[in-house]
Parts: sequence; C-alpha cells; structure tokens
Amino acid sequence: MTLISKPASAPIVTDAVIVGAGPVGLFAVFELGLLGLSAHLVDALDKVGGQCAELYPEKPIFDIPAWPRITGQELTDRLMEQAAPFNPVFHLNQQAQSLSQQPDGTWRLETSAGTVFHTANVVIAAGAGAFTPRRPPIPGIDAYEGKSVFYAVRDRSKFAGKNLIIAGGGDSALDWALALTDDAASVTLLHRRDDFRAAPDSVEKMRRLVAEGRMTLAIGQPSSLEGEDGHLTALNITTTDGPKRLPADALLAFYGLKPQLGPIAEWGLNLNASTVLVDTEKFQTNVPGIFAIGDINHYPGKLKLILSGFHEAALMSQEAFRRARPAERLVFRYTTSSSDLQQKLGVA
Amino acid sequence: METGKIVVTDRSGDRHELDAVQGWRVMELIRDQANDNADLKVEALCGGAAACATCHIYVDDAWADRLHPPRDEEVQMLDEAFGVTDRSRLSCQIIWSPDLDGLHVTLAPEFD
Repeated sequence: MTLISKPASAPIVTDAVIVGAGPVGLFAVFELGLLGLSAHLVDALDKVGGQCAELYPEKPIFDIPAWPRITGQELTDRLMEQAAPFNPVFHLNQQAQSLSQQPDGTWRLETSAGTVFHTANVVIAAGAGAFTPRRPPIPGIDAYEGKSVFYAVRDRSKFAGKNLIIAGGGDSALDWALALTDDAASVTLLHRRDDFRAAPDSVEKMRRLVAEGRMTLAIGQPSSLEGEDGHLTALNITTTDGPKRLPADALLAFYGLKPQLGPIAEWGLNLNASTVLVDTEKFQTNVPGIFAIGDINHYPGKLKLILSGFHEAALMSQEAFRRARPAERLVFRYTTSSSDLQQKLGVA
Repeated sequence: METGKIVVTDRSGDRHELDAVQGWRVMELIRDQANDNADLKVEALCGGAAACATCHIYVDDAWADRLHPPRDEEVQMLDEAFGVTDRSRLSCQIIWSPDLDGLHVTLAPEFD
C-alpha cells in the first residue's frame, strides 16, 4: 500500500478515484483491479477502514459471508490484504471537495489538501459521510472556530502563553492537555464527569499535574462563549453546582468525530436525505461516471449492509471499465480458472 | 410476542405514543415509527452498537430507577454527546420488555 499525504505537483491520472477507504471502498479496489483498473482512495480519517476502524474496530461482525465472526479491524486488515495486489494509493486526512467535468468528459477531483485527480470514474463509497470533529452546540461558536476555538492542533506554537480550556475525556483531550501544559500560560481540562476513558497512564499524569496545581480540572459542560471578533475571553459552563465562568483565550474541543456528507452534497447528484440515488445495474448516480456504493447510496430495497456494498462494487466496476477503456472488450472470467486474473492477483 | 406502548417527546415538545415490541431497542422503536417527522428522527448512526452517541434521550424521572443502569461503554459514549444530564441514556441500549410499558423518554437536541 502507498500512503500519500502531501499533494503531488501534477494531477494524478487514474482509472478511478474512490471517495472513502471503508470496507466497500477497499473491496472496490479489488473488483476494479480484476478488470485491470487502477484506483486512488481519499479518506478524511488518518487511517483506512472507515466506520469499521473508527467506530467499532473491536466489535465482532457476524454477517460477512464466509466469516462467522470477524471484528471491524480484522475485516479491514483482510480487505487491505485482498486489495494489495492492485497497489491502491491512499490519500488520507483529506476530504474530496470539488468536482468538475473536463472537456474530454473525464472528471477533475480536488481534495481539501489540494490533491488533484483526473479520472474517468468517481466512486463515492463514503458510508455515512466523512468523519469530521463534533462541534459543541454552543450558540455562535462558528464565529470563533479557527480563531480561538479549535477541534485539532495543527500548530502547537499558537497556544504558547495562552490560557487554554481543553474539553473532552478521551485520549485526544488528555494527550493535548498534557502536551500543552508547559507551553501554555494555563490549562484547564473540562469534562462532564470525573472519570476519563483516556489511557490510564495519561489520566494518572493529569491527576498528578492537577495535584501539583499545574493544571485545573473542571467538571461540567460548555454552555456559552464570551468574546469579541472570534477572540474568546471566557467559556461559561454548567456544573452540578450551577453555572461557572472560566476565563480563557482558546478552547480546544475533543468530542470525537461524526460523519458528515460534506461537499458531495454540492456535486449536483440526486439525493434522498443524506444518501445518493443510484440505479441497480451500474450503481451509477444521475451523473454518468459518478457512482455511489455502500451505505451512502439509496435505491428501492436498499439494505445498509457491508455485503450489499461488496455486490455493488462488482457491478459498478463493469461500467467503470467501459468508461475507462471504451475501445476494449470486457470478458467475464472467474478467479478460479482465469490465468489472466491470477496473474493480476500475483498468484499465477 | 409481547407488545405495548412507549411515549416519546420529540425535539419540538410534541408527545407521541409509539408501539413497542418485546426485544426491540427503544432507538429502533423510534426510528421505525418516526416516518418523515424530522423532530422525531433519531440518527442512530452506528445502528445500535453504543458507538456513536447519536440516539441520545432523556428518561422521564418516573422511569429513571426502573431501567437497567448503563454499562461503562454507554457512559463513555455519552462523553461525546452534549447536554448530558443524569437522565441521559443512549436509546439503543434500552431494550423494551413489558415491564417498560408506558416508558416515557424525551429526545435530546440534535447537533451538528
């Protein structure tokens, strides 16, 4: 597997761009690969596997054909192994953003990191959408976002000498609270209960800093922001003892990730709520060359099962081949008997 | 199979009496009967795995002590919800049985 996080200088030309590296996107690499088509994948997460890796890596799944019991992470690992002969290229930590058609009918897709693809086929395998940080529902928070309210740390020097509130009870919140204690003027860790799901070692370190007076622990939930022009001066919180005001220069909020359809909604596709309508022959959207497979699509009788997505990937690939190789004929073959397919798989 | 009712107050404050079926999760009962009422919809993204905190509800005071207490997994997942109170539960973790006939819950606000 190849991982690319920096945008290439020239557009990447490929037979298919798969939006979403969850189980269905990964299996699409395999089905496209059997037909000789190359694929690049884009995912908002920093890892492959989609919901299987992000939401339930340890939970067993019981309805994957031929796997009586397999965890989300094991399934991801197996699919990566199955896709490996086709050398998929992964562009992680970025979201598919703008899509436009070029004069020759192919697509130009650009990601949030500036990666540009030229491709005959765009395959949306985005599940419930791209995982993006959960935003606290505090009125007017959008005016502060990017200025004094953040959901990730890109440049830690920005927080030097600042009075920080770090909200959340998981590893992200604890890790950053610990990491920024020395640089910041002050760090207040805000969590709804005095119990943390972060790694016990981090919790222990945090408790020690709090005992030494180098970190403040506040038990409560954010309710409103005070400040001007996006610059925070205080965060008001609710606690079991009533409201409290915490003066602060910046808030780092770590409330986990939540999928959002995002820019795909602006691509001119026929939608049904937050799913993309497709036909059941090619799993193509209303726009030729743009497909949707897996949980993200909708058609009469749709079942949101991983196995449905696998089937959809196989049928999608047939049409993707016709678009990417209009001059060639597609021969239907089985992996058990075709030496051509076995060569592609590297087993012949 | 035993059946009964639950009462759900939606996000605009309207009360709905919904059919309840033994063995169904409260999340599933709501999802199945919300139809096109956006105020009654639960996102329930993970489908009942206590892995997403998008089926957050408040249990009516009268029922608080009559439910199984939440498991650690559920309490931890509530860390990623907002407006959490001591009545907060994930509705996917409450499985309906006849002793919950008439259970009253209120949907928590839905956020971005």
